[in-house]
Amino acid sequence: MKNIKTNYKYGFSKPETETFRTPKGLDKKIVEAISGYKKEPEWMRDFRFKSLEIFKQKAMPGWGADLSGINFDDLYYYINPSEKKFRDWKDVPTDIKDTYEKIGIPQAERLFLAGVGAQYDSEMIYHSLKTQWEKQGVIFLGTDTALQKYPEVFKQYFGKVVPPDDNKFAALNSAVWSGGSFVYVPAGVQVTIPLQAYFRINAANMGQFERTLIIAEEGSFVHYVEGCTAPIYTTDSLHSAVVEIVVKRGARVRYTTIQNWSSNVYNLVTKRMLVEEEGVGEWIDGNLGSKKTMKYPSVVLQGKGAKGEILSLAMAGAGQHQDAGGKAIHLAPYTTSTITSKSISMGGGRSSYRGLVKIINGAKGSKSFVRCDALLLDDLSRSDTYPTNIVREQNVTLGHEATVSRVGEEQLFYLMSRGLSETQATSLIVNGFIEPIVKELPLEYAVELNRLINMSMEGSVG
Amino acid sequence: MVDQLQMLNVHATTRDGKEILRGITLKVKAGEKHVIMGPNGGGKSTLAYVLMGHPGYKVTKGKILLNGKDVTKMSVDERARKGLFLGFQYPVEVAGVNMAAFLRVAVNEKTRGKKSNAKIVSPIAFRQELMEKSSRLAFSDDITKRSLNEGFSGGEKKKAEILQMTVLKPKFAVLDEPDSGLDVDALKYMARAISELDFPLGLILVTHYQRVLKYIKPDKVHILVKGRIAHSGGADLALMIEKEGYEKYQD
Repeated sequence: MKNIKTNYKYGFSKPETETFRTPKGLDKKIVEAISGYKKEPEWMRDFRFKSLEIFKQKAMPGWGADLSGINFDDLYYYINPSEKKFRDWKDVPTDIKDTYEKIGIPQAERLFLAGVGAQYDSEMIYHSLKTQWEKQGVIFLGTDTALQKYPEVFKQYFGKVVPPDDNKFAALNSAVWSGGSFVYVPAGVQVTIPLQAYFRINAANMGQFERTLIIAEEGSFVHYVEGCTAPIYTTDSLHSAVVEIVVKRGARVRYTTIQNWSSNVYNLVTKRMLVEEEGVGEWIDGNLGSKKTMKYPSVVLQGKGAKGEILSLAMAGAGQHQDAGGKAIHLAPYTTSTITSKSISMGGGRSSYRGLVKIINGAKGSKSFVRCDALLLDDLSRSDTYPTNIVREQNVTLGHEATVSRVGEEQLFYLMSRGLSETQATSLIVNGFIEPIVKELPLEYAVELNRLINMSMEGSVG
Repeated sequence: MVDQLQMLNVHATTRDGKEILRGITLKVKAGEKHVIMGPNGGGKSTLAYVLMGHPGYKVTKGKILLNGKDVTKMSVDERARKGLFLGFQYPVEVAGVNMAAFLRVAVNEKTRGKKSNAKIVSPIAFRQELMEKSSRLAFSDDITKRSLNEGFSGGEKKKAEILQMTVLKPKFAVLDEPDSGLDVDALKYMARAISELDFPLGLILVTHYQRVLKYIKPDKVHILVKGRIAHSGGADLALMIEKEGYEKYQD
């Protein structure tokens, strides 16, 4: 940033473009500045302070991906590209529209633009909600705006599903969070068109700490979709989000993510759903990009008959480590969970499945099934499985299956004997391998994913 | 000029250097049906793989010519696009890959291979052709909607190879034991599909059994023993083998 003025009351930079950004590094003053800049209520500021202390005390995880490359002092923790909130697409600045153009938001999705929340750097700048949803009482806002507009409901749920002391990165996010989405679906309301948000990191050394909170009241349904594409940077970047979801009795929430962060990003995300009686919580989690990912979407089945499903897809190329999986915690009788993980490693990349199934004493009649399949495209690449099962109840069903396969010479020879090139044949095998997950994605994402895979095969084969 | 496939004194070894083919010479013209028989371990499947260019075998001597052009060093997919086809003894399963979609890609690749501005078959026309041809092979359910060979019975796999061949319309096809594991009805459907092709095909049929030759009349029968063609003859040679076995060729 050039032309930095020093007249901001907290002593931090505020350039002439009215963009506010804190200096590099993290301390109480920075957190105070973020909270003050956003004019947050006192409880939130205190929550941030408390979280910062927890962050400082907590050790880095001693397992999973190697995170030694993160330098917390060399990151920016807040940037706001625009003071203005846009409600109409036509008011969105041209350079931001250009960004979307380059990301290549499919034409079909522009139909749904009325419901799209797009995050540019750290702030939700565009929000619109279809009239019908407004009539139904659905709230779909940037998290910061929601805090201002709906402080009661916000305070009731915020930080309850993923408390700051859950892990070091949840604490970090809690201290410096910015942006993300807030969704509230009233009882009985079915949101038929997926709510979609686009995220993008766009400044070097920028930490991205969005915070999403979804509340689905009894008997409601919503599908939330987020997709990320990031440009290439020269220095390391950190993305550490928190997603909290409350699925009330008989409600169903599906949360779909495809992340394709550039290959220098550390992607460390905590995602959790609380599912009440007869509720259904579903995670579809695709990890294609980033340098290191640690992400284990969780379902906490706390009501009788609650269901959880986690589909995890990971693709690790050269220099990447995808440490992904899922967690299912059964706290009530007759709860069921399935975790399906598919990973692809190539060009020396490494993917790990890490999962936890926990069934407490008293959760009788509960069922859980875990399946993880790994596909290796070459001898350089690596795949590991770290499943943990903790079962404290006799009357349960627990299944686990794991396979590791290599794209074999015989499969390639067979497909090539029909006239397909090696690249085409490999793409076909890989796309076939992940088909059970892709068929659950919205069409335009499935198409995009297919395109991404074909692109990466061209780089790695032949 | 009629299409012609030739093997000229072809020697081939496995990766660890073991010689399997020891001087095969064979000439097949479009429209001809050649049958290759022989005892186990004589090199029948190797011959099929070598014609298609399997990376596990190395041609150490001799050459393979397609219409006079040397294809010995050509890649597998390029041979396929030039009109060679291999019907596998053990077709490979590919999970999650829809059979119809896969075949359409393969047909388009072949069409594109010929000319850069070649016209690609319309999805509807392709679909119709595929439906018609799969019903002629008496597939019990709509096999083309399933994943390629995945969960197919042994017989379905064998018939699916023939279906692929009839759709891809190669110039020359090597079918490696297409009859093994088929019941009598399936054998008839398969043989009829081969006899009623809507394109000229030079066929090399590798088999253990005379019974398929009740339905497919060969122009020539070759006895492959220890990597060499020990004897060649007409259709009656197969009958004689059935009675007398290979013993007299095992010198």
